[in-house]
Formats: sequence, structure tokens, C-alpha cells
Amino acid sequence: MLIPCPLCGPRDRREYHYMGAADYLDRPPPGSLPEAWDAYLHLRDNPAGRTRDLWQHECCGAWLEVDRCTVTHRVFGARLLTEARDAG
Amino acid sequence: MRYSGLRVLAEGLRGNRGWRPAWVRPEPREAYDIIIIGGGGHGLSTAYHLAKEHGLRNIAVLEKGYLGSGNIGRNTTIVRANYMLPGNSEFYSFSLRLWESLESTLNYNVMHSQRGLINLFHSDGQRDAFVRRGNAMINQGDDAILLDPEGVRRHLPYLDFENIRFPIYGGLLHPRGGTARHDAVAWGYARAASRLGVHILENCEVTGIDIEGGRVTGVQTSRGPIRAQKVAMVVAGRSSQVAAMAGLKLPIESHVLQAFVTEGLKPCIDHVVSFGMGHFYISQSDKGGLVFGGDIDFHASYAARGSLPAAEHVMEAAMTLMPMIGRARVLRSWGGIMDMSPDGSPIIDRTPVDGLYVNCGWNYGGFKAVPASGWCLAHLMAREEPHEVAARFRLDRFLTGHLLDEEGTGSQHNLH
Ligand SMILES: Cc1cc2nc3c(=O)[nH]c(=O)nc-3n(C[C@H](O)[C@H](O)[C@H](O)COP(=O)(O)OP(=O)(O)OC[C@H]3O[C@@H](n4cnc5c(N)ncnc54)[C@H](O)[C@@H]3O)c2cc1C
Ligand SMILES: [Zn+2]
Repeated sequence: MLIPCPLCGPRDRREYHYMGAADYLDRPPPGSLPEAWDAYLHLRDNPAGRTRDLWQHECCGAWLEVDRCTVTHRVFGARLLTEARDAG
Repeated sequence: MRYSGLRVLAEGLRGNRGWRPAWVRPEPREAYDIIIIGGGGHGLSTAYHLAKEHGLRNIAVLEKGYLGSGNIGRNTTIVRANYMLPGNSEFYSFSLRLWESLESTLNYNVMHSQRGLINLFHSDGQRDAFVRRGNAMINQGDDAILLDPEGVRRHLPYLDFENIRFPIYGGLLHPRGGTARHDAVAWGYARAASRLGVHILENCEVTGIDIEGGRVTGVQTSRGPIRAQKVAMVVAGRSSQVAAMAGLKLPIESHVLQAFVTEGLKPCIDHVVSFGMGHFYISQSDKGGLVFGGDIDFHASYAARGSLPAAEHVMEAAMTLMPMIGRARVLRSWGGIMDMSPDGSPIIDRTPVDGLYVNCGWNYGGFKAVPASGWCLAHLMAREEPHEVAARFRLDRFLTGHLLDEEGTGSQHNLH
């Protein structure tokens, strides 16, 4: 599986660290109810199909949001988290 | 038809013409009292215990593929009771006791072989952790023996004892641990359940769950709608998708775990052995193949095949621990979809929908749990109260903070 790092180019999956679905970015504000924290930590998106998830390219340290398919392992693209956030 | 040695002999003399299919293949009824979604080990065991222990008869198991097509036919077959946390400890202990009488209960040879499990350790810290685990196992009434390096050498002379990077400090021997033939477990439960009148409907995929006024009323399937008073979702790696049919979100992330088998060899590995540095475990099947595996692939996946980096890691660990394995050729490898939970422990509980139950989150350890999981889910569905050994496998424990994090790795699904 090759994941395209926007900084380094296409790199092998071995160079990446995985952190699960991109809904992890929606951290509840301080003081949120336990239900919100439960949902944030435990009830993560788990689609069979196209997903957006979080990978860190350990070589350059960049965090990426990767657009890929969990059934075929096809990777459609990746962008830096900072860009993903700015784009919304 | 009861199976017995005499029967095999008699059939042999009569040209084996008297054997009948192990389970019947009926047409679906319009309605059942209870529907179990998923014909894996846990679903079949649940149906069997509902019929056997609770006298219920109007039950169907709905399986989207053929029986044994899921993880029940894909795992590396290790059966053990070496857990430590209250909640897990008594459950797996109960399950192992059920395994020990399973073949006579089901009248089926599942080839349960208590050949002993040895977990190796490679540092002082790991030894302390295993001493503690061994004591917990003994307190639970199970067996554990601490082996020093010489003790390990007596059992496993073929390991690399000269490895400087990962020296073998000893091992924890669990004599009652072992293996069983995985698909025979599915077939044995299916046959026993079918004999008690349970309908096993293969090629019957559930595509929707009907709910009226907060209560489940039936399911939509590829073989038409079927009504039911109670429905249980027991679909392992597909738990998130099936739960979504009822509008529920589960604390599950699906990951692929691979297994590998070599060509058949003469007996050389007598136990189940696990490496404490880098995840690797191995046993030898009765056919002679070395059966081994390691970590999940670490990224969410529904592809029932693995990726190369994980395979590579498993091979490296194998070569580090037992260099002799380099002479064996790998014949096959495959993957299965694991329902990873945030604390590494399972869920057997009701859901917010009346009459709808869930059994999931077995991570990569659900094979040994098959007897007790079915027993406990059947108890919950028949009596509407949790069985005492499964009382902590609650769906709401992630919200209330009563986690069962056996490995102590925190709320990240792929770390368990
Ligand atoms: C490679 C590997 C090694 C493993 N090693 C071990 C081990 O050594 N020891 C151990 O204890 N555990 C092990 N496990 C884990 C164990 O196999 C699983 O935890 C356990 O089998 C899961 O429960 P099950 O048998 O009910 O699952 P499954 O057999 O997967 O049953 C679920 C069934 O649900 C069906 N289904 C899904 N969706 C639908 C639908 N919509 N409608 C109808 N049916 C549906 C599927 O087709 C499937 O047959 C391993 C798993 C793998 C993959
Ligand atoms: Zn990079």
C-alpha cells in the first residue's frame, strides 16, 4: 500500500503510523458531557468502503488525512491535516 | 443420528451409505421467536444453548454466506484461560471448562487438544508480569507453571536460546491451553442445534432490521422479510454495518488479522508457543502444517486478505525465535476481519432497542470464547438478566469508565 505524502511523495505503508478515522479531529470542547467524550474516543467511524483516516508519515513527521477504501485498500489521495482543516 | 466408533465401523462395512447431512437446510419460516444474525461460532453456540439450556425451539440462525465462512473458519485455533482482570478471568475460565466437555456435549469430534500453551518472556519486567498473571490464573482455579530457561529448553529445545537481542528468560506454561479444529466447532454446534430444531439458514443476508415503537419486530433478508420477537446481532467483523441497520453506532473498529500455514511436516512443535517480543504465536495442526500468526495489520480494513508489511513482521519474528522454521515453505495465508473494541474486551448485552441484543468486540481472541459466549448470550436472551460470568461485558462500560483493558494500552482500538 503506497500512501502519497504531500511533502515526500508516494511512500510505503511501513513508514506510516495509524490513528483511525478522521472524526478524531472533532475533539469536544473542554467541559463537554461524558457522552460527548465517549462518542469522541470510542464510537469512531468504521465504514466498509471509502473513508478518511489519520496517518502520520514518520519520516517527515507530517500528519495526513488519507482518502482510501477499507475494502479494496485503494488510496485515492492524501492531504496535510493543516490543509484539511483550512479547507474544512 | 448419533456418532460413535461403532457407527463408523458399521458404516464402513455397509459402504458408508447411511450417513445423513449433519444439519438440515429448511426453508425460512415467516416468523421465529428468536433470530440470530451471523452463523459463526458465537451465533451457532448461542442458538444451541437457547435450545438446549432454555428449551426454546423456534429459533433461526441467519448466515449471509456458507457456514464457517467467517472468522470461525479462519482463526489460529488457540484455546486458553490465561486472563487476569476480574470480568475476563472468570469468563474464560468458564469457557475452558465448557471446552473440556464440548465433544461429549455436542457428540462431535472438534479435536480439542490440551497440548499446553507456553508464553515466553524476555526481560525481568516481562517475567514479573507473567508471575502476576500466573498467580491470577491459579487464583481463578486454572493452571499455570513458571518455567526457567532450562524448563523452557526441556519443552522447546528448538528455540534460539543464544539470541542476544531477545534472550529467553523463561515461559509461563498453561498446561490446559491448546487448540481445536476450528471449522469442526462450527459444524458440531450447527449439527447439535439443528437436532434440537434450530433452523440454520445459509445464504441469507440480513439487509435491514425492522423496529416499531422502539421494539424490534423482525429483519429484512436476501431471502425475504422474517418476523421475530427477539433478534441478536452476532456478526463479528461486520458489527458496525449490522448495528447501523438499527440506527446504532458501536465502539468497534474493524481490522484484518492474518494467519499462515506451512506444508505438512512431521511432528516437531508439540505445544502452542508465543514469543514475547514482537507478536508471534505458533502451533502444529494434526495434518502437520505449522499454523502461525502475529499482529493485526493496524489500519482499519474489511479486505479479507492481509498486507505485506504484517506478513513480513510475522516471518521475521518466527525466524528470530525458531530459526529452523526457515526451512519450511508457507503454503497459504489469509485474513479475517476482527471486531476490535476500545479496551480489547467483548460486549454481550442488550441494546437501546427493545428485543435487540449484541455480541461483538472479540478482537482476535473470540475462538476460545465460543462456548461461554453462546451460553451467556442465550442466558441473557432467555432470562433477561446477564449471566454472572459475563456481567461486565456491558455496552455502556465505555461511557461509565468500567473498562476491561487487559493489556493496559488505552482507548485505541488497534492497540489491543
Ligand atoms: C487469523 C485469525 C486468527 C485468530 N486466532 C484466534 C485464536 O488463536 N484464538 C482465539 O480465541 N481467537 C482467534 N481469532 C478470533 C476468532 O476467530 C473470532 O473472534 C471469532 O471467530 C469471532 O466470532 P464468530 O466465530 O462468531 O465470527 P464469524 O465466524 O466471523 O461469524 C460472523 C458471521 O456473521 C456473518 N454475517 C455478517 N454480516 C451478516 C449479515 N448482514 N447477515 C447475515 N450474516 C452476516 C458472517 O458471514 C459470519 O459468518 C482469530 C481470528 C483470525 C481472523
Ligand atoms: Zn512525508
